[in-house]
Amino acid sequence: MSTNVSTPKAPPHDETLATLAIFGDGVYSVASFRDNVRLYVPPARLVDVLLALKDRCGFALLSELGATDYLGYPGRTRSRFEVHYVLLNYDKAERIVVKVGLDDPDPTLPSVVSHWMGADWMEREVFDMYGIRFAGHPDLRRILMPEEFTSFPLRKDYPLRGRGERHNFRRLTRGES
Amino acid sequence: MSANVLDEPELETEQKEATWTLNFGPQHPATHTTLRLILELDGERIVKAIPDIGYLHSGFEKLGEHLNFNQYVTIVDRKNYISPPMNEVAWHHAVEKALGVELTPRCQYIRVIIGELARISDHLLCTGAAALDLGAFTAFLFAFNLREQIYDVYEEMSGYRFHPGYTRVGGVLYDFNDKVLDKIRAVLESFPKVYSDMEKLLFRNRIFLDRVRGIGTLSKADAISLSATGPIARASGVAYDLRKDEPYLAYPEFDFEVPYATEGDCWARFIVRMEEMRQSHRILTQALAKLPGGPVNIPIAEKYPLPDKLTSYNSMEGLIQHFELIMPNRGMESPRDELYAAIESPNGELGYYLVTDGSQTAWRVRTRPPSFIHFQIFPHIIKDHMVADVVAILGSLSIIAAELDR
Repeated sequence: MSTNVSTPKAPPHDETLATLAIFGDGVYSVASFRDNVRLYVPPARLVDVLLALKDRCGFALLSELGATDYLGYPGRTRSRFEVHYVLLNYDKAERIVVKVGLDDPDPTLPSVVSHWMGADWMEREVFDMYGIRFAGHPDLRRILMPEEFTSFPLRKDYPLRGRGERHNFRRLTRGES
Repeated sequence: MSANVLDEPELETEQKEATWTLNFGPQHPATHTTLRLILELDGERIVKAIPDIGYLHSGFEKLGEHLNFNQYVTIVDRKNYISPPMNEVAWHHAVEKALGVELTPRCQYIRVIIGELARISDHLLCTGAAALDLGAFTAFLFAFNLREQIYDVYEEMSGYRFHPGYTRVGGVLYDFNDKVLDKIRAVLESFPKVYSDMEKLLFRNRIFLDRVRGIGTLSKADAISLSATGPIARASGVAYDLRKDEPYLAYPEFDFEVPYATEGDCWARFIVRMEEMRQSHRILTQALAKLPGGPVNIPIAEKYPLPDKLTSYNSMEGLIQHFELIMPNRGMESPRDELYAAIESPNGELGYYLVTDGSQTAWRVRTRPPSFIHFQIFPHIIKDHMVADVVAILGSLSIIAAELDR
């Protein structure tokens, strides 16, 4: 049992971005909002960028992985889906968001489970909710929805009240159960 | 529901013959909530555990795309229902960061106070209920007695005991009155006795110690690789606390410490939680002593807070502001951008990836639920333990199924 006293640090992203310059121009673009810095990378370079962040810049923790469907988002010109990876560097208390765009008909990304075991269920949830496949995932099954479910409920073209799955669910009578 | 989980061709045929399968849950007293485990057993030794979740999936993230920033607070309450105020603080922390709202000092203190009360309440339940499952009934009763007092605080401050729905964009529902402060002081006075009772009942209890020491060890490297945060990561030696390292609200103004252990077993997780309660008590004591005066909500000129009844009935500005926020074709404006914002919840990092589209409803509300991320640790650390250890490890991970499935 011991305790730790540390002082708050300001997150400087400059050093990270300087390290990432090894990728050269055109591999990623940077956007920022409040204290968040986002890197947009193409699917083909995703694992390279994530591993460079992990191994060269010290982003050890994959703190969050999720997706968004931008179908009908006002002023949207880029791809329909985006998957985000939020990485955390413990030593500098610095976070970085890596975003990758995807489109129908067959959105597929490389899986990062072999680099972060924690990505396992988060990738399964993205698959369950959006139908985005992760190539190389050891066990890509639905996680929250029942296995016989056919739609992807968090897509924007899926209605809030469903397509009658709940309404038409077969009911068991007392005699059958 | 998902029968094919059972048919997985995971083990060799000869091995398969020697093992048998045990279904644990979804309705079992020791799961506390609705979750299911399929355990592959060799005698009493667990060869493999497959969690099967989704029984409580209620589409909370989809609902977040249809309810506005203030309405959604009732839904976040129902995620981790053991510490609802902490979920509210997390949700409005993300929204206010996106909108660029700076809270008043009093409101920041009030949010720290309700958050730390929620942390005590959550850790009491986690340690108490785990003790109950492991046969130490009395500690559970002491813990619940104090939780009851914390519920009294919620009731006094908001009118609801279980799901207070207390925070609002730019402020809170009602300001604290003297009765609320008295009830919080009563909680703080009862706490040291309850803490020392629980500590003696658990950590001087040979049976309890034998059942948690060296059980479910999670190494530091695995904790990081498995995205563990909060008390579970701190019990494995990752001394990282968002309150210290990425400060939010008024936390830099308080003197507290971040406890951590290096053992990584169930005992370490319980002892870190116990110590965190003491640190929360320290923060609460300081916060009550220094609670600033002044307005609790940001001024209505900032166009975000809903004015209280007195203001909307008795002043022109209040009436206009109320109209602007309530009428369906109006409402607050948000930037067309996105961000990730997280706070330290009792269970770990509770974050929101929020995409706003200019309206008062989020385009996407992605929750980073600590329970979901921590439950995937379970199959890794249960391997080669006995069936009875399932209960100890589940208790130490503190899985809340409503947050797990959302």
